[in-house]
Amino acid sequence: MKGLWRYVLVRFLLIIPTVFILVTVVFVFMRVTGDPITAKFGGQLLQSDLEARIHAAGYDRPIIVQYFEYLGQLVTGNFGTALTDNQQVTDILLHYGAATLELAIYALVVAFLVGIPLGMLAAKIRDRWGDAVLRIFAILCYATPVFFAGLMLKLVFSVGLHWFPTSGRADPRTVIGLGRVDGASGIYLLDAIRTGNWSYISDVLSHAVLPAVALGLLTAGVFLRLVRTNMITTLGTGYVDAARSRGVGEFRLTTKHAYRPALVPIITVIGLQVAMLLGGAVLTETTFEWNGLGSQLALYLAQRDFVAVQGIVALLAVIVAVTNFVVDLIAAAIDPRVRY
Amino acid sequence: MAIRKGWLGRLPVIGQLRQSVGLQRGMLVTGLVLTGLVLLTAILAPVVAPYGYAQLAADGVNFGAQKPPSAAHWLGTTVGGYDVLSRLIWGAQTALLVIVVAVLMSIVAGVLLGLVSGYLGGWLDRVLVVIADAIYAFPSLLLAIVAAIMISGGQSGLWSGVFAAGIAITVIFIPQYFRVIRAEVVRLKGDAFIESAKVVGASSARIMFVHALRNSTRTLPLIFTLNAAEAVLTLAALGFLGFGIEPTAAAEWGYDLNRSRSDVTSGIWWTSVFPGVAIVLVVLGLTLIGESLNDLADPRLRTRRRPGPKQPAETSVTEVIQ
Repeated sequence: MKGLWRYVLVRFLLIIPTVFILVTVVFVFMRVTGDPITAKFGGQLLQSDLEARIHAAGYDRPIIVQYFEYLGQLVTGNFGTALTDNQQVTDILLHYGAATLELAIYALVVAFLVGIPLGMLAAKIRDRWGDAVLRIFAILCYATPVFFAGLMLKLVFSVGLHWFPTSGRADPRTVIGLGRVDGASGIYLLDAIRTGNWSYISDVLSHAVLPAVALGLLTAGVFLRLVRTNMITTLGTGYVDAARSRGVGEFRLTTKHAYRPALVPIITVIGLQVAMLLGGAVLTETTFEWNGLGSQLALYLAQRDFVAVQGIVALLAVIVAVTNFVVDLIAAAIDPRVRY
Repeated sequence: MAIRKGWLGRLPVIGQLRQSVGLQRGMLVTGLVLTGLVLLTAILAPVVAPYGYAQLAADGVNFGAQKPPSAAHWLGTTVGGYDVLSRLIWGAQTALLVIVVAVLMSIVAGVLLGLVSGYLGGWLDRVLVVIADAIYAFPSLLLAIVAAIMISGGQSGLWSGVFAAGIAITVIFIPQYFRVIRAEVVRLKGDAFIESAKVVGASSARIMFVHALRNSTRTLPLIFTLNAAEAVLTLAALGFLGFGIEPTAAAEWGYDLNRSRSDVTSGIWWTSVFPGVAIVLVVLGLTLIGESLNDLADPRLRTRRRPGPKQPAETSVTEVIQ
């Protein structure tokens, strides 16, 4: 038991260098080419104005001083003010973070619903043509850029068939309605359920389907491959043969006996998948005009608003590091082979 | 299975091609054919493409924007008035250049760091591992964007664009090569042949670059193909978000897809479908090769030549992808 606590503590402390390194890398990348004011307003303002603003913001001091000041601000939770719209970066994070979280959860649901059953099926019918089709499907999921998948889904299901709206998180009417909810969480589905208004709920859900599928299929392909590979291993083990000889049916054998141990690797890759989802969210949100952290990040990057970018990246770094920590803990808890 | 081990059989892909059977061989061959076609297109682009990638008019007549497929423009024209087919073909060249630049740079840097870190160990090793892990865990696309902005800063030439994209992709690949090579070197370090090299008096550099390097490159062809696929995806994503190569400098599929976003909502399909399918085919081809190599390297997943007794499942072979 003592070993476990030590392991938890070490893994927890590892969050700090991870976040620190990423924040530093991004700071260096962004600042090596110049200061945020010149990047944003260079060519738009007079040279004297530019210098005055740079001086006022303290960007003419040595970079190392600015770096430590920036780290100090991060520790106290002060992410600064965006240059483009003068919003507090903390407000941006809270406001748009909810939208990205909602999208990521939908995508994970799609990934689980599609990836795991199909992976089990592929392992069961291994090396037959059905298996080949499923594997090609898994590779196609990976090979199709999310934004292309998104554009094609739009082309077929919203422009062609008119089943779903083309973009956005909800109709303007719904957005106004949800804004009136007391203590709105910003997660539209939750807010819509709290209003109890069916038209809101269905509107929010119909907007979510295409982005969720586009982003979810990316991860579904990874899950399918992993479940297939691991199920093939577990299906060949002695205890599965033993269960079969006891008369356990093939279906139960696949879905219960062989499946459980095959799930462990899934949990360990979820950490990496969260990072992939966040990267994919930037593309999905841009494709579907889903106003989340990802599309905002792309926007701020295009406008060279380095203060906002650094803030968003710092938050993402924390999310990634914490997810990996939680995943390691779960893996240690369910898999006795994990050494600590 | 009786395979004669000629020199041909020792080449990375050909050996596996001989070893494979059935569906696995089908997948490998499909991948090789697709990749070969793309390579050919890239090399022959100046001959095959009907127009230049940034050409707006022929014989003094403008192509016109968003024209549907016709005899003059088999795949139509884009919103910017370019010929879709020509940009499709030239795009293969851009993709190939970026793959070569990105993968070469990251292999050199990653292998070097991995060798030194794994062999020498100590605090340098620990620091590098933590940094590599941090970068590896982070959304790679975001790092690539940040790197692209830092490097390009609004440059637009073909080579500067290719290098900006290439370096941006390199930043995210180095940790992968680093991890694999380092793990191999750490495993090899205790082996008898390294010990005996030490005893004979070989220098650290010689042991690293001759003995350890040769024996730790086993998995490189696999990572190479998977990374080439990822490089194409990253390049396209950079282009789609507007941080890629300018349209006048080179044809790039991601940029074309970005410009086709508004076309999609008005039902204009030819500007988005073709560049997208091109990306999918390239990545599919490379991934099929990579997947097949992975399966063939793993005795649990290799399809047996003849149905025989059940395979032992206890073999612990590490998954290389993921």
